[in-house]
Amino acid sequence: MPTSNPDTQAVPTEFRMPSLGADMQFGTVVAWLVKPGDHVKHGDIIAEVETEKGVFAVEIGSDGVIDELSVAKGAKVPVGTVLARLRGEGVAAVSTGTPAEKPQAVAPPPPAAPAAAPSKVPAPTPSPPRAPAPPHEHALHASPLARKIAEAKGIDLATLTGTGPGGAITKADVERGAAGPAPPGAPPPAEARAPTEPRPTTETLSAMRHAVATAVTRSKREIPHYYLAANVNLGSALAWLGAYNAAHGVADRVLPAALLLKSVALALREYPLLNGFWTDGAARKSEAIHLGVAISLRDGGLIAPAIHDADRLSIDALMRALSDLVQRARSGGLRSSEMTDPTVTVSNLGDEGASSVFGIIYPPQVALVGFGSISERPWAERGLLGVRPVVTVTLAADHRATDGHYGSRFLAAIDRLLQAPESL
Amino acid sequence: MTRDEIKTAVLAALRRVAPEVDPASVRGDAPIRDQADLDSMDFLNFLLQLHAALGVDIPESAYREVATLDGCIAYLSANGAQLQAAKPGDR
Repeated sequence: MPTSNPDTQAVPTEFRMPSLGADMQFGTVVAWLVKPGDHVKHGDIIAEVETEKGVFAVEIGSDGVIDELSVAKGAKVPVGTVLARLRGEGVAAVSTGTPAEKPQAVAPPPPAAPAAAPSKVPAPTPSPPRAPAPPHEHALHASPLARKIAEAKGIDLATLTGTGPGGAITKADVERGAAGPAPPGAPPPAEARAPTEPRPTTETLSAMRHAVATAVTRSKREIPHYYLAANVNLGSALAWLGAYNAAHGVADRVLPAALLLKSVALALREYPLLNGFWTDGAARKSEAIHLGVAISLRDGGLIAPAIHDADRLSIDALMRALSDLVQRARSGGLRSSEMTDPTVTVSNLGDEGASSVFGIIYPPQVALVGFGSISERPWAERGLLGVRPVVTVTLAADHRATDGHYGSRFLAAIDRLLQAPESL
Repeated sequence: MTRDEIKTAVLAALRRVAPEVDPASVRGDAPIRDQADLDSMDFLNFLLQLHAALGVDIPESAYREVATLDGCIAYLSANGAQLQAAKPGDR
């Protein structure tokens, strides 16, 4: 119950810029979705933040009332910067809510409670704030490339119609907007094939490549990787899947990727040392299994957001979650918890040429599971040679946390699970 | 629907999944997946777009037939493609 005793009055809780990936150093607030006085609950989206990897919906980690928004829209700040302050329900406001003012503290503030971000915050070297993003009322989904081009051309994203996935605004939409409306009766303008200003493209791609380069360099420098591979006969799994899909419409169709992801999630229940983190010289297992899914972005670049509690989802729910995640990864609607929560990552190059992939672990995780392309291969069984659809599953693992014997049994568990697809 | 109308709808569906692909550059007789760099998820989304736009549910057993643009148009034409009314929230 709130009390009017000033000695027990709660002090504002700080909400800080989360680390949305091992390589992230700065983020730009492109939109505030709350204002001082708003009541928020754990998990509510309170802002949109842009990094080189895209635009993310940032969730607050606690309940309370927004007391102050500490960073202005458009400002680029280091990870760990206080973005907002909250007060408890029923507590009097101590701030007028403008970014310039500081609240009166009656005791040292409690530790900030954003989603767990084990990576270290680099020493802050603040850069001058960017020019504010074009004003818009609602959270707009636009690819990072589209945003950069729109900004360079001085186009307000709110005036454009998005034709990308989920109504997202694409580079082509921005260029159509720049060309202006077609005269009445004229045929629709031909699609612009390449941006007229190469600089935004180069900048965006470079920023993304830089982010990936930083992450993989750190990973290879710090993590002693070992690598294992196993070939898995997917004959039963694909037969089961074919029958399932034939009995359902296109909207409920399930891809083999969903079966592969589920088998990894369930195998991690049996081999939990591969699910978690290595930080400060020690292993930290995770109870929950949040599968990071490596997704290629169409403009170039890589991102690996999480499907939460993948081991508890039905195949159908897992497929829907995967489809939704890929769509939002490409159109800019990922949530900060999806970036901070992966406990392991799966890289499924399934449809491409490579038969196997030995990946680079995302620090501070301790494992990365890879799947190559599913292809018809010779297969020996009970002394007879036949042909089966086979996938090569690989494990890249941190040798500080596990040994080859453990990793090998983990791969055998994945194989075993994929031989009984109806139980996945 | 005429073949040209179906073709327009197919290319529009493709553009929703692969916005950077120039529709004019898509050859009729080569696999769409290769030309537009579609993985299996993208291809499924393309089929979902076609279903929403033209009302035809393309089963996995027909994937070989619809692999090229020409094949896709032919299949849709033979299976009663009709322009569907857009619903709110359609991708």
